[in-house]
Amino acid sequence: MSDYNFAYLDEQTKRMIRRAILKALAIPGYQVPFASREMPMPYGWGTGGVQVSAACLTPNDTFKVIDQGADDTTNAVSIRKFFEKTAQVATTEETARASLIQTRHRIPEEPLTEDQILVYQVPIPEPLRFLEPSEVETRKMHALEEYGLMHVKLYEDISQHGAIATAYAYPVKVEGRYVMDPSPIPKFDNPKLSMAAIQLFGAGREQRIYALPPYTQVVSLDFEDHPFEATKADHDCDLCGASDSYLDEVIMDDAGGRMFVCSDTNYCRARRAGGHIGAQGAPYEEATV
Amino acid sequence: MTPLLQVRDLAKFYGPRRGCDGVSFDLYPGEVMGIVGESGSGKSTLLSCLAGHLPPDRGEVIFDTHGHGPRDTLAMSEPERRMLMRTDWAFVHQHARDGLRMGVSAGGNVGERLMAVGARHYGHIREQAIDWLGRVEIAADRVDDKPQAFSGGMQQRLQIARNLVTGPRLVFMDEPTGGLDVSVQARLLDLLRGLVREMGLSAIIVTHDLAVVRLLADRLMVMKDGFVVEDGLTDQVLDDPQHGYTQLLVSSVLQV
Repeated sequence: MSDYNFAYLDEQTKRMIRRAILKALAIPGYQVPFASREMPMPYGWGTGGVQVSAACLTPNDTFKVIDQGADDTTNAVSIRKFFEKTAQVATTEETARASLIQTRHRIPEEPLTEDQILVYQVPIPEPLRFLEPSEVETRKMHALEEYGLMHVKLYEDISQHGAIATAYAYPVKVEGRYVMDPSPIPKFDNPKLSMAAIQLFGAGREQRIYALPPYTQVVSLDFEDHPFEATKADHDCDLCGASDSYLDEVIMDDAGGRMFVCSDTNYCRARRAGGHIGAQGAPYEEATV
Repeated sequence: MTPLLQVRDLAKFYGPRRGCDGVSFDLYPGEVMGIVGESGSGKSTLLSCLAGHLPPDRGEVIFDTHGHGPRDTLAMSEPERRMLMRTDWAFVHQHARDGLRMGVSAGGNVGERLMAVGARHYGHIREQAIDWLGRVEIAADRVDDKPQAFSGGMQQRLQIARNLVTGPRLVFMDEPTGGLDVSVQARLLDLLRGLVREMGLSAIIVTHDLAVVRLLADRLMVMKDGFVVEDGLTDQVLDDPQHGYTQLLVSSVLQV
């Protein structure tokens, strides 16, 4: 038994956050202000995501946390433990078994279903922020659908690098209306944003919640002569041999040795368990000693 | 002919203090109007009210819009007015940094207005940006440089290119040559005169420099303490000033 209220936050706070979530779902891509609470972790560690997860969790949920695709990094482990302690919910690393997934910077490789909720941790929810510092002005631009400035950023990319070099937090237009920052996921994940699961975005420091209902139309911005391209490292996973997953580059030594591995650790493990072996991979049993 | 802009009894007060009061005039297509006066005479307040940056307390600013004929811009909805600002209108600030995005390249600065009205083809946007840089005498190889790397005169020319790229019909200019040295001023004025004539622009130019209006303006309004004290054809006002203040203003110009 824990001395905390279920999922840490008090019921009034959860109610307030749920109202913001409902509004966000009703207006896909619109940033709903909410009274973000102080959480027992620093800003930038997922305070927004944690509050949204806390407001959505029920005792019957199975919870999964990933950070850059991995289940075993500090951020993921500590948030998972936080809810194990304060909500006593079941936790898992298997994408398919989870009913609520909190993520930082990735969408799981395995397609999500209508029974799942994906919660994103968002550092800066305003896609126009780096071009227009005034919040008053950016709100007006959203209200009046003045999004020319977003293309100025893409223009600058092409003029400097010859191609749209924005590789993460790639701006999208939701249902032909709001331009949205999909949080710093790689642009490889952008096409997956139109999915069956509910997607909720929480920005704690910036006090904003926004959402994508299931099967929402999400279009990545681009130019007619420089169309959007979902890119990844031109390689297969060295552990499981997957050619369709997003890869991390791991430096192996100081002589230029490197390997590419799936950033989604659960996806990689499941493939290796299924007998797939990459160029540098060992058979699954040995790898799990 | 319908005037492009009709201003009726425009007034703006800052509390009990008068910004400008009782200003009325018509501006016809292709005409350049100068507004002169000393600091604090209400010229910039008037310009801000005309351009929609400041809400006036009284009066009408009727613009001959493309689709719907003459309409009071003060009664328009905000989206309409902002649309007007980035299509038919342009505003050249005294300080180029107020009118430019300093963190964005010259090409991006010129292209912004194109993208704001829906251009989505990189090649075409860039082509037009380079074309416009050429028209304001900025070399094409500077297209990817940021405005910080430009001299004051170049920044001002860049601001002009950025404003004119969508082919506006009415340009507001607030001391466009302020803060530039005389030789750069002369080139800028020459350039502006050429562009205004070539594109058939209407313009309202606020300045305290009589040489600027002598070169650019067809008509002149002289302001003092928020009121228009004299107006007429530029040469007529400058060569045969009637009002005491205008006489003072004209005689104050230093002869070299």
